[in-house]
Amino acid sequence: MNADSASSTDALVRIRGLRTRLGAKVIFDGVDLDIPRGRITAIMGPSGTGKTTLLRHMTGQLVPDAGEIVVDGQNLAQLDRNGLFDLRERIGYLFQNSALLTDFSVFENVAFPLRQHARLPEELIRNIVLLKLQAVGLRGAADLMPAELSGGMARRVALARAIVRDPMLLIYDEPFVGLDPIALNQVLKLIRVLNATLGLTSIVVAHELSAVSRVADQIYLIAAGKIAAHGQPQELVRGETDWTRQFFGGEADGPVPFHYPARDYAADLGFTKGRA
Amino acid sequence: MSDKPVRGSLIGDGLAQVGALALFLLQVLAALPRSLRHFTETIRQIFFVGAMSLIIIMTCGLFIGLVLGLQLYEVLSRFGSTASVGTVVAIALYRELGPVVTALLFAGRAGTSITAEIGLMRATDQLAAMEMMAVDPLAYVVAPRFLAGIIAMPLLASIFNALAIFGAHLVAVSWLGLDNGTFWSNMTGAVDVWTDVMNGVWKSAVFGGVVTLVATFQGYSTAPTSEGVAYATTRTVVYSSILTLAIDFLMTAFLM
Repeated sequence: MNADSASSTDALVRIRGLRTRLGAKVIFDGVDLDIPRGRITAIMGPSGTGKTTLLRHMTGQLVPDAGEIVVDGQNLAQLDRNGLFDLRERIGYLFQNSALLTDFSVFENVAFPLRQHARLPEELIRNIVLLKLQAVGLRGAADLMPAELSGGMARRVALARAIVRDPMLLIYDEPFVGLDPIALNQVLKLIRVLNATLGLTSIVVAHELSAVSRVADQIYLIAAGKIAAHGQPQELVRGETDWTRQFFGGEADGPVPFHYPARDYAADLGFTKGRA
Repeated sequence: MSDKPVRGSLIGDGLAQVGALALFLLQVLAALPRSLRHFTETIRQIFFVGAMSLIIIMTCGLFIGLVLGLQLYEVLSRFGSTASVGTVVAIALYRELGPVVTALLFAGRAGTSITAEIGLMRATDQLAAMEMMAVDPLAYVVAPRFLAGIIAMPLLASIFNALAIFGAHLVAVSWLGLDNGTFWSNMTGAVDVWTDVMNGVWKSAVFGGVVTLVATFQGYSTAPTSEGVAYATTRTVVYSSILTLAIDFLMTAFLM
């Protein structure tokens, strides 16, 4: 599972020796990975394993303790705030909880990045926004406020906002949560179509294996602060290692503990030897 | 024995907060030129923190004027100087009561809503989303509210003063029978535009900046939980009230 085995020269995102500690907890302990250009890469792993933290490292929202992160040839550690903002203008990021601006309507949320960074005529902004909303099936909801949307609709609006400026890199943090089967299918199709037609690179963090295997070209499985497995979806699903067998088989027993570390169960319930 | 570390950490935490607030002020000042790009947002905020505070400011101003008129008339009548009611009311309001009471009300009305709004934006990742869209939240969210506070507070304090003087006039002239001409002519003769009125204007602009700075800082740095937002909102009222009164003393000492 060496990341160097991937075509690192054509990697849009290259991470080497990533180490992060949040408080006393070690999140990453020497992670190497490559996100190849023009492909869809899924990042999977047990809950709390640091997948969102990894995305925050890739976008410069969080500085790691050690390691090198290079995005489109730019080392994030060497970028100042303006350089980071220039880079982020080319990245679309779909937040786990949508993060829509609650004061603005759906239309204004999607138009927000355009209004902030491009001096475009109002008519053109309107057309671009409606095109993107049509792509996520919510053109008719343009005048609604975020509070009037369901969780799934809010996620689709956030997706429209993330793609409104046709970024080079699209990052989806848990894009499938709260979507009904119809919306899920459309979002999966959208992820594939966007990647293929606009030549984007996509990173998808998700737990839904069936959905991920339908879109991802490769999967990184992160566990215990390291890359536990890396490969194409069909390879990993076969479960040739303990990690993949447990994670993709959904088993309680394996290298990933289901139970949070705790005292002895019997002692915790007050059953000591000789009494119960 | 156990008191010492607690006291030490309280002082240490307090100083750390003051330092963080000062750094935040520098960041906001640096973001001000960029925030002018979002001037419509500043105007929107002037409406929210200014116009939306009008009712409480006007009501409180009127009642403070009524009470001032009543108390002063009663006290001054003991010395036969009820003719000075208008003068004393106006000087007290322009120099101190107007800016200070308006700032305290402003902290309770607008400061808390700014903290809660920005705190919730933090808790729901809206600030992080702006950062990811390459929009600086300091320039787009914080600086417009800071500017709005500085612009709105002198206007609110002026309206507060006007209503309070009207209230004092109601009591002293319409109710207790003081001569209308005496009330106004003594007041206009004794109140100086620069030393009384303008000092109050400078003070209220500074208080507007202080309250919105504390409010935005508390919201911006809050823990992203409902409890965190609740504590931050309380701290906004407490800290901005203390700072307002302390700065009032300093400004009075320097401006007199």
